[in-house]
Amino acid sequence: MARSDVQLMLDVKAGDEQSFALLLQRYRSPLVNFLYRMVRNREQAEDLAQEVFIRVYRARAEYVPSAKFTTWLFRIATNLALNSLRDTRHQRMEMSLDAPVTADAEDGDDRTLDVADKHPDIEQHLVEEARKAMIKHAIDKLPEKQRAAVLLHKYQELDYAEIAKILACSESALKSLLFRAYESLRVELAPLVSGAK
Amino acid sequence: MSCSRMEKQMMPYVDGRLKVSEQREVEAHLEKCAACRVRVHEFRTVSGLLDELPLIEPSGAFDARVRARVAAEPVKQSWWAVFAPSPRAAFAASMLLLATIWIGSRPGNVNVNVPNGGPNGPTAQIDPNDLPVLENYDILANFEPLTDLPQPVQGDDSDEVDGNQAM
Repeated sequence: MARSDVQLMLDVKAGDEQSFALLLQRYRSPLVNFLYRMVRNREQAEDLAQEVFIRVYRARAEYVPSAKFTTWLFRIATNLALNSLRDTRHQRMEMSLDAPVTADAEDGDDRTLDVADKHPDIEQHLVEEARKAMIKHAIDKLPEKQRAAVLLHKYQELDYAEIAKILACSESALKSLLFRAYESLRVELAPLVSGAK
Repeated sequence: MSCSRMEKQMMPYVDGRLKVSEQREVEAHLEKCAACRVRVHEFRTVSGLLDELPLIEPSGAFDARVRARVAAEPVKQSWWAVFAPSPRAAFAASMLLLATIWIGSRPGNVNVNVPNGGPNGPTAQIDPNDLPVLENYDILANFEPLTDLPQPVQGDDSDEVDGNQAM
């Protein structure tokens, strides 16, 4: 039977390095994806994810399983992401002024939409890419705390109590936060939402 | 239920995380309110759209970079660990500590510098049973009726103490 996160962390505390490797294996992908959606830059997301794991490792001696491991892990990740966004806000504002309209601006790959090619497969591919870019753009446009709430709720499937602890707010405030986020997404994605009816 | 109260119930309803009683309440409202009904439907659609975003995989070097940083971390040691390289030093320190405690706890004579002898006065060996009297020395020394008594013989402090004790 697989050991729980808490048990693995307690084993790390007892000096078992192998348990840390298991935690790394278990959470590297969810963490990198969460941080990538938060900071919108793959390299930066990986740097931040590394920092999360290092902080977990450094805190091993003082670790007490008072909450779920994921709450602690994503709380560290969220704080790092929000701090990073705050620190680079000025830089991002400067960049966005000159940013071209793109189908997918991931990792600085600024490919502009080109629908000149009439080959059905390519056309279909471009439509799908444009759709994904629109969804991504809608998430990116959310205020940081709303974005974190949506990502933790939708992609990490954490329960409300856990997300509320991570974001340091009440469960009631979290439900309002999620409502406002989905309301913004509904408006921003209106062409896709109405097309799905 | 009002539309404003629906605000907090809508996401849990879309997620299917409401209690049965709360769910019935929400559904009763949805039957009457077309706007909330549309919103619920569109929230579900948005949720479905969010599923379309692909996941990314961490780069191949990610694990290696984390391991390298972990390996570079300084090893944390408790203060006891400073003795680990030298068990002899630990043993010697323990023995010294035990000896200090043993000497400190030994019952022995109490040396009291009798105040009447002045800073350069002689030090008398006092029986521990006399300590209660010495604790009240200031009161006895300033006790007016005692001033009428003949002065004690010079240089014999221990007799004076005995005399006061007799009073």
